[in-house]
Amino acid sequence: MTGLPDHSPSPLIAAQDLRMTYRVGRGQVLRALDGVSLSVRPGEVLGLVGESGCGKSTLGRCLLRLVQPSAGRVVFDGTDITTLPERRLRPLRQDMQMVFQDSYAALNPRRRIGDLVAEPLRVHPAPGGGRRSRADIAARLAELMDLVGLPQQALARYPHEFSGGQRQRINIARALALSPRLVVADEPVAALDVSIQAQIVNLFMDLRDQLGLTYIFVAHDLAVVRQISTRVAVMYLGAIVELGEADAVLHRPAHPYTAALIAAVPEPVVRTGDLPPPLRGDVPSPIAPPPGCRFHTRCPVVRDRCRVDPPALRTLPDGREAACHYPLVGE
Amino acid sequence: MDGDMLLAVRDLTVALPVGGRLVPIVESVSFTLGTREILGIVGESGSGKSVTSLAIMGLIDVPGARITGSVRFRGRELVGLPPRAYRALRGREIAMIFQDPMTAFTPVYTVGRQIDEQIRAHQKISRADARARTVRLLGDMGVPDPERVAGRYPHQLSGGLRQRAMIAMALSCNPALLIADEPTTALDVTVQAQILDLLRVLRRDYGSSVLLITHDMGVVAETCDRTLVLYSGLVAERGPTGALFAQPAHPYTAALLDSIPPLHGLRPARLPSIPGSPPAPAERPAGCPFGPRCTHVHAACATRPPLVACGEQHVACVLPTEGHPLPPRRVPEMSA
Repeated sequence: MTGLPDHSPSPLIAAQDLRMTYRVGRGQVLRALDGVSLSVRPGEVLGLVGESGCGKSTLGRCLLRLVQPSAGRVVFDGTDITTLPERRLRPLRQDMQMVFQDSYAALNPRRRIGDLVAEPLRVHPAPGGGRRSRADIAARLAELMDLVGLPQQALARYPHEFSGGQRQRINIARALALSPRLVVADEPVAALDVSIQAQIVNLFMDLRDQLGLTYIFVAHDLAVVRQISTRVAVMYLGAIVELGEADAVLHRPAHPYTAALIAAVPEPVVRTGDLPPPLRGDVPSPIAPPPGCRFHTRCPVVRDRCRVDPPALRTLPDGREAACHYPLVGE
Repeated sequence: MDGDMLLAVRDLTVALPVGGRLVPIVESVSFTLGTREILGIVGESGSGKSVTSLAIMGLIDVPGARITGSVRFRGRELVGLPPRAYRALRGREIAMIFQDPMTAFTPVYTVGRQIDEQIRAHQKISRADARARTVRLLGDMGVPDPERVAGRYPHQLSGGLRQRAMIAMALSCNPALLIADEPTTALDVTVQAQILDLLRVLRRDYGSSVLLITHDMGVVAETCDRTLVLYSGLVAERGPTGALFAQPAHPYTAALLDSIPPLHGLRPARLPSIPGSPPAPAERPAGCPFGPRCTHVHAACATRPPLVACGEQHVACVLPTEGHPLPPRRVPEMSA
């Protein structure tokens, strides 16, 4: 177990009925987020999982207001940031940072690492106001390199001189430069080889323990999410279908989609006997999601009611939430 | 011993010119593939798994490249085969599928037309007969409403359907060998499960032999009869998949398996990780290429270890010969 989260009622960040729609031509509307509500307490790691197009990355970006949601509210540490003007949002941005999947695209290839990591320190004022001195910035850079496990000499080098794992350490250093409280990481280990992936997952966990960080960890890899998360939200076609403690959701899934997702992960263990039959069909288009339960077209335990009556996300006796009329765990 | 094998690769070395000198990207790779067998070649990026498959297909198209060793396919030597002879072989007897189906299809013709064309390039049959075969193939690959799908353009299909269409195209001439290079890497996990299921069905119903190239140990465990682990262009270990996963003989295989976060059982407080990263081919050490990252490294590792038998596997490591083979792997219990 990775330390229980603070159960105090005030969340660090919360979303209420968040919606993100895109017009995609011919009068069609794509609902990337279709009414998502969740909250993350300080010190928690919320894993966002789902297949491509489920809205997990859009959700991460909306929470940081990197994109403007179409409707709904985002509250960060008690402040509604949904419509806050950029001028007033900026000071808050120091507290919320992002790490992206493509470690190379996120770093300007023509600038030195020291320069790249120092950028947020130059853009944002020092805690007491005013600009940071050169000496302060240099000292902070040295600290950050230690924190992410890179040698000091790295600061004088260019992004192409580093491996993918090292570049992700650089991106993490830059995200941590301003001592944020919340880090949204969007598939931060998906592009890395397994042996390197383990190093970076460990680094994320160490940093959280050391700095008391809160993460929203977006990933398609269930095993990685299970390793790092205290709670997990499973998304399908723009909505959360299950949300709860990581162990409960991933060991005894309540939603048939969560169960199917877990069963589909190829595990590095040779089993005897037949594998469970795979889920049929593809994820439907988010432009025309199915009526009723959005998972009913692929659900192995679908019943008549599911085809017409969309299930709302509701709390089950064990505290988790699931959007299913016939959840797989007892009520 | 290689006689009844569909494919027998011996001491395959592929050297490419890098900065004015020839650097061996893949060194002395040997393995065999029988009929109706699925062999997995697994390794991390830069391990040489794709270069190995491209060399078998005769697709290494780099000026100054040198390919040595032997690749015997149905008893016929492929290394040094003239391009024209290779072309007759590719598509008809050996077919290949890739990670990204968009690169296999041209965007300007319908999927059906491209599969028809492939069939007619190798066999003299009418357009109508070719289309009938295309539709049947698509249906066999689990494509719903195959007639309609044949009339669509690649971009109109989902990733899973495109991958099925590409496999249909690859199988259109009943090849004896299918080389699949990361065929499910770009797919979502539920669709990946469908495609892996399809590969197992193909082996059963079509009797296809498959060379599956992947970075994913889970994919290998669920799909392959035998496994070849590459590290920095060299064979680290090869053997039956069950034995290799139950008791990996090479410290690299063991460490790689350990570094995968488990989906069941206890969560480790920290993931065991492998320090550092694999060497570039030009900087490969003279001894064991894994030595610098290996927890078992000792003086004997300064010379390149030969492939020796260990249990059911063959392993390029000195530990078994020294009487200290690795213990069986501890596997987390599976919840129902």
